[in-house]
Amino acid sequence: MILPDLTISLPSGASCVAGPSGSGKSTLLRLLNRLVDPDSGTVRYRGRDVCEYDPLELRREVCLVPQLPALLPGSVADNVLFGVGLAGRDADVARMLELAGLDPSFAERDAAQLSVGEQQRVMLARALALEPDVLLLDEPTSALDEEATTAVEETLRRLQHEVSASFVLVTHDLDQAARLATWVVRLEKGGDLVGQGPVGELLRR
Amino acid sequence: MILAATSSSINVTMGEVAATLVLVALAAAVSLWERADLERDIGIAVLRSFLQLTAIGYVINAIFDQDSLVFVFALIAVMVVFGAFTARGRARSVPGSFMPLLIALSIAAVSTLGLVVVLGIFEPKPRFLVPVGGMVVGNAMTAAAVSLNRLGDEVRSGAGRIEATLALGATVRQAMLPTLRRSLRSGMIPLIDSTKTTGVIFFPGTMVGMLLAGADPVDAVRLQLILLWTLLGSVSLSALTATGLAYRHFFTSAHQLKDL
Repeated sequence: MILPDLTISLPSGASCVAGPSGSGKSTLLRLLNRLVDPDSGTVRYRGRDVCEYDPLELRREVCLVPQLPALLPGSVADNVLFGVGLAGRDADVARMLELAGLDPSFAERDAAQLSVGEQQRVMLARALALEPDVLLLDEPTSALDEEATTAVEETLRRLQHEVSASFVLVTHDLDQAARLATWVVRLEKGGDLVGQGPVGELLRR
Repeated sequence: MILAATSSSINVTMGEVAATLVLVALAAAVSLWERADLERDIGIAVLRSFLQLTAIGYVINAIFDQDSLVFVFALIAVMVVFGAFTARGRARSVPGSFMPLLIALSIAAVSTLGLVVVLGIFEPKPRFLVPVGGMVVGNAMTAAAVSLNRLGDEVRSGAGRIEATLALGATVRQAMLPTLRRSLRSGMIPLIDSTKTTGVIFFPGTMVGMLLAGADPVDAVRLQLILLWTLLGSVSLSALTATGLAYRHFFTSAHQLKDL
């Protein structure tokens, strides 16, 4: 069983779910936008059970960027416009790429030819194009080297000021949690809760 | 009506059939020599082909004697059910694949045979519908099985991309479209390729059979073309229906990929 007897809350703003591998961090994110449903218990978003939402609408509002890049065949622009196109809307590709820390000239490049770090940013750009209320980021730097990690963290810090979305970031790195979030939920292996609270308070404990 | 006339027939003795066992022995010898460990499989294949074809020969003979379409439909229905069972064995990675396969083979058989009769290509008689039905079901089964096998592999290997697409608010169908296209292609490409190379790299079975039976080569070629083109239609319907119905079994009603 994953995440047994877990009761947590995530406030608006930048939150972080931190814990080792096997603590259920990624599962928690997938529960939040209904990529999976709990066997028991309830996941609430804005006070309402997520199962009461239309799953497709919920996923556009609470948008997940997976741990590993998984782009569609085609150009960067095709990918950025894919999700928003499904919702019948359009997006400014150049602006989304800039927000995600990529030069707008990337738009016409073949997505499959990009580095992992660049693909990760395209994943972020296509999520941002949906203008979500909540952005779920599953270990966005786990596949990156130190230099790329620093750059992505800088992008995420900047984004917190430039877009109105709340962030829920999953990481196994407590230092990264301290750098990027104001609220932290700490899990241990097996999904038991270590604690939750403001980042300074919890990580000092 | 292109094929209303009966073609000539030949008599094949059991001695002639038995003589070809020399070539089977050659296959077994190659297997032994190269330690391919296929002698047992070759033996089973020869025995099964003899028993199954002999049995179906008597069944077809009885149906021809009755000259009733009811028996034709019954035989094709049995073929469809067995075909769906056999294809399910090759598509084990797809949950609940039997019903999609059964429906796919039924649609392929009924629509293809219906069309060849309506278009006036074959007379609605057991003599034509039984052999054409057998070819249609057999090829439809292979196409559906290959398509579903590919579908299962693709869903497993591409689960991350499929979930990433669902996470953007895509429906299951939207998330699966590239996978469905690749699966459909897998089922159809073998027949398309063999249709492309027919007459150049190999002579297809019907044509060979007719030539051996003493038919005019022009008639043999025309009949072969009719069958190849008929099969193209049936395998496309079969692969399309099987993949179109089966892919939903990987997902919940809330557009979630099930644990595989």
